[in-house]
Amino acid sequence: MADEGMTPWKDLALGCAMSEPGSSRRFNTGDWRSRRRPITDREKCIKCGLCWIICPDMAYTPDPEAEGYYKWDGYYCKGCGICIEECPKDAISWQEEKEEDKYGPACGS
Amino acid sequence: MGRRVGLEVSLACAEAVKLCNADVIAAYPITPQTHIVEHLAELVAEGHLDAEFVPVESEHSAMSACVGSAAAGARTFTSTSSQGLALMHEILFITSSLRLPIVMAVANRSLSAPISIWNDHSDIMAERDIGWVQTFAENGQEVLDLMIHAFKVGEDPRVNLPVAVNMDGFILTHVIEPMVMPDQAEVDAYLPPYKPSQWLNPAQPISLGMVGVPEVYTEAKKANLVALEDSYPAIVEHWEGFAKAFGRSYQPIESHRTDGADTLFVTMGSLGETCMSAVDQMREDGRSVGQVRIRLWRPFPVDDFLAAIKGAKNLIVLDRALCPGILAGPVATELRALLYAKGVRPFVANFVAGLGGRDVTRTDFVAMLDKAEQAAADGQEITCQMVGVKE
Ligand code: SF4
Ligand code: SF4
Repeated sequence: MADEGMTPWKDLALGCAMSEPGSSRRFNTGDWRSRRRPITDREKCIKCGLCWIICPDMAYTPDPEAEGYYKWDGYYCKGCGICIEECPKDAISWQEEKEEDKYGPACGS
Repeated sequence: MGRRVGLEVSLACAEAVKLCNADVIAAYPITPQTHIVEHLAELVAEGHLDAEFVPVESEHSAMSACVGSAAAGARTFTSTSSQGLALMHEILFITSSLRLPIVMAVANRSLSAPISIWNDHSDIMAERDIGWVQTFAENGQEVLDLMIHAFKVGEDPRVNLPVAVNMDGFILTHVIEPMVMPDQAEVDAYLPPYKPSQWLNPAQPISLGMVGVPEVYTEAKKANLVALEDSYPAIVEHWEGFAKAFGRSYQPIESHRTDGADTLFVTMGSLGETCMSAVDQMREDGRSVGQVRIRLWRPFPVDDFLAAIKGAKNLIVLDRALCPGILAGPVATELRALLYAKGVRPFVANFVAGLGGRDVTRTDFVAMLDKAEQAAADGQEITCQMVGVKE
């Protein structure tokens, strides 16, 4: 696991240039999260979209199955807690999580 | 084959940039670099050089503008000195890491405080580790020649690195010297138009200056390290090509009367010429002395240096900058470490001379030789000894 995703130095592009657009989509910021995840109580949610706008890693996106709500993506959520702090209705709160189900479906609803 | 002219060295430096057909010049004036960029501004304003002159608000901006310009594929030049070079500091590393072949003339000057506009090497020695190719000139002709060579080296697709050409402030920049100014056709033949290896091309988009997470940073730095080491053959090759094209030859380490000499001075920059003249005099007086001059400072030409000092019993390493807290100047610190690692053990005396524009004369060199020979005989250390300091 130690060198997963690593590139030998000789294979790096000149000056570390990046020619592939959108490569940051593969960047697993969820790996930084530790032991807890934000969970949304949709009973309290007023669909204001602040969590969607404010999340620095775009972990919230409009939920195609529940109009107006936002679903959470554990691959990107780094666990900063900003959404919890900013939600005007205190609809988001921490929930303990185990390392093994870090990337499981977790949209609290 | 060129024409003989008498010209202020700063203007010659600017004329070299013109002969090299730079596309973009971004610079902020600072003594003693000012005449270089003033003259370039004139050349652009009067239509003699078809380039974009960006009059930025600081040296930090100058180097940043140069990064953008070089990334866009333009042949890019800047020049600075002292505090200006210090202000560029963070961008200098970015330039080499992004592999952008910017050329910079550094009119070497001391760092404040006290404020000093005069010459020493404390500005560039604080930037030793920026990952640029770095050369030192001893006179006006060399400034002119090394500038042309700098573009050729930096833009070589095997190199793709920025190059700094060091010239002592005032001692070189403000002196009118005789020199041979090459013809445009000669320079064009030596230095064809720049073909960047990659550039910010909308048809083939790339991103430069991305984040490097711990999984890639070490590899990125390894690539930078190797790139600078690997620039050596191209540097030498383009000096050989220069000698063929212009009839003046340069080597990474240059020797003067080293044959059979017990003691060798090691110099960089314009002090080299004073030293040469002192060595000639001392040879006439029967002293066993010679000199090696470091022309190529980065990448440091280890093998050339070892070959040049082979057989010498004593080295006198001159520094024009300090490494406070280690009691040896930067050049001596490096050379001692190098010699130790290579198992070569001459006696190394280290003098610091010519700080902040203090003159260093032929007599000073004789005194240094006397002291070094005595110390070697007595088994005494000489390190960071300041020449001419008033006690
Ligand atoms: S910030 Fe809170 S209320 Fe607003 S959409 Fe997100 S969870 Fe719902
Ligand atoms: S904890 Fe931070 S990263 Fe995770 S969803 Fe909330 S704002 Fe985004």
